[in-house]
Amino acid sequence: MYTEKVMDHFTNPRNVGEIKEASGVGEVGNAKCGDIMRIYLQVEDNIIKDVKFKTFGCGAAIATSSMVTELVKGKNLEEALQISNQAVAEALGGLPPAKMHCSNLAADALHEAIKDYMNKKEGK
Amino acid sequence: MKRIYFDHSATTAVDADVAKLMLEYMTEKFGNPSSIHSFGREVRKAVDEARGHVADLIGANANEIFFTSGGTEADNIALKGVAFANRKKGNHIITTAIEHHAILHTCEYLEKQGFSITYLPVDENARVRIEDVRNAITDKTILISVMFANNEVGTLQPIKEIGEIAKEKGIYFHTDAVQAVGSYPINVKELNIDLLTLSGHKFHGPKGIGALYARRGVRLEAQQQGGGQERSIRPGTENVPGIIGLGKAAEIAKRDLEKKIAHISALRDKLMAGIQAKIPDIKLNGHPTLRMPGNVNFSFRFVEGESLLLNLDLKGIAASSGSACTSGSLDPSHVLLAMGLTHEVAHGSLRISLGRGNTEEEIDYCLTVLPEIIERLRSMSPLSNSSTMAENNPCSHCHKH
Ligand SMILES: Cc1ncc(COP(=O)(O)O)c(C=O)c1O
Ligand code: FES
Repeated sequence: MYTEKVMDHFTNPRNVGEIKEASGVGEVGNAKCGDIMRIYLQVEDNIIKDVKFKTFGCGAAIATSSMVTELVKGKNLEEALQISNQAVAEALGGLPPAKMHCSNLAADALHEAIKDYMNKKEGK
Repeated sequence: MKRIYFDHSATTAVDADVAKLMLEYMTEKFGNPSSIHSFGREVRKAVDEARGHVADLIGANANEIFFTSGGTEADNIALKGVAFANRKKGNHIITTAIEHHAILHTCEYLEKQGFSITYLPVDENARVRIEDVRNAITDKTILISVMFANNEVGTLQPIKEIGEIAKEKGIYFHTDAVQAVGSYPINVKELNIDLLTLSGHKFHGPKGIGALYARRGVRLEAQQQGGGQERSIRPGTENVPGIIGLGKAAEIAKRDLEKKIAHISALRDKLMAGIQAKIPDIKLNGHPTLRMPGNVNFSFRFVEGESLLLNLDLKGIAASSGSACTSGSLDPSHVLLAMGLTHEVAHGSLRISLGRGNTEEEIDYCLTVLPEIIERLRSMSPLSNSSTMAENNPCSHCHKH
């Protein structure tokens, strides 16, 4: 039911883990099935230098987490904010209809992490 | 890669002898059992023999067996058939919260038809409490339907006790025994069962064939109209290959039952003990001892079931889960929730259902790959190293919905 690309990211997820003193952390829960995703960002000069994730969820949730980290690494924050759920799903060669909501998790967690970074920066 | 089948509660392989016999009743012996010529008569005789084998397996008489298209249809005929035939006596039916959807959705339909249904709760081991059954009975109760063994967690219900209560009160007692027939000893007369559902594909028979046992004298109304087959309870030209296959599967199941139970429960005990010894933060789902010989069901905290199943599948192991992510509806299993599991714990459930073909080597293999998979998934989980998060309901983190 999953594309080869999804299975690739599921079996070899990129950028799993945490960043100790992250510039921003975003966490979202999926009200639909109860899954959780957390994304850590390391931002320098407006550029996402490093990104890591941790996910409690289905195959699609893990694959989209992995894909979103790959998509944003090296991007500036404005570019990163442009990445939509749809774009993540497309980059994976599509998701089964019942699994589209899982891709929301990844982009939402990314946007939350960027928001967290912005808030911290303003607070300084 | 060698593939390992650990999903016998979902379905089983058709026995080679069963398949061989079925082929004969499609190609050579293809007559219609209602025909009076020799083609018909040879098939009629075989259908009657098959009925006898099915009856023998559960201690019934052959004339109490009605062939159906499977467990779902037998459940439908049992519930609707009793409900509509006994409407004058009352409109109340008692069942449980953990039944298969073939029962639960039929009950919902009957509610729309003016029947009132009590869904009994279960304890943390998925067992119905006898006093709850007793207390639910009213003077309008016409039927009690409690499954013999649960398909997800394997818990056996107090069938004998419920049968006694039903008999004492003069209420019909139906049991959905789809998971148990062919894998667990059942005698309908000793257990005071009035109606019982069984399905061929759960015990090495074909799919799309099952039977309803209805004790002689039970008032049942047919749910479809047609010719006089199955004494008009289930009209339509018989699924002869299916019936012959079911009969053969029943004969084999009865012959091998003791051996099969001994083999499977030894494997189950080894697997359960191994998982408990090797993996921390787990919860056994279902009753520790009163469970189906082949059922193993654990929840692994901080892990989600679908990713667990996909990882096992990559290692060649086929199992199942009650996780929300594996269900079309994205709700966790109603059985696990009825047992009081939180969404999070239900999420990490894994069902392994063993069968007669499984071996000790397969258990050993599973016990080497499963701990690695759990460890890897936990290392990716945002829940496992932040205990405060884990305590919270995941939905409380939701910013979107
Ligand atoms: C407890 C129970 N009842 C009913 C059924 C439905 O049987 P069938 O697939 O033959 O319609 C199943 C099968 O999954 C089951 O496990
Ligand atoms: S995260 Fe639960 S279905 Fe995808």
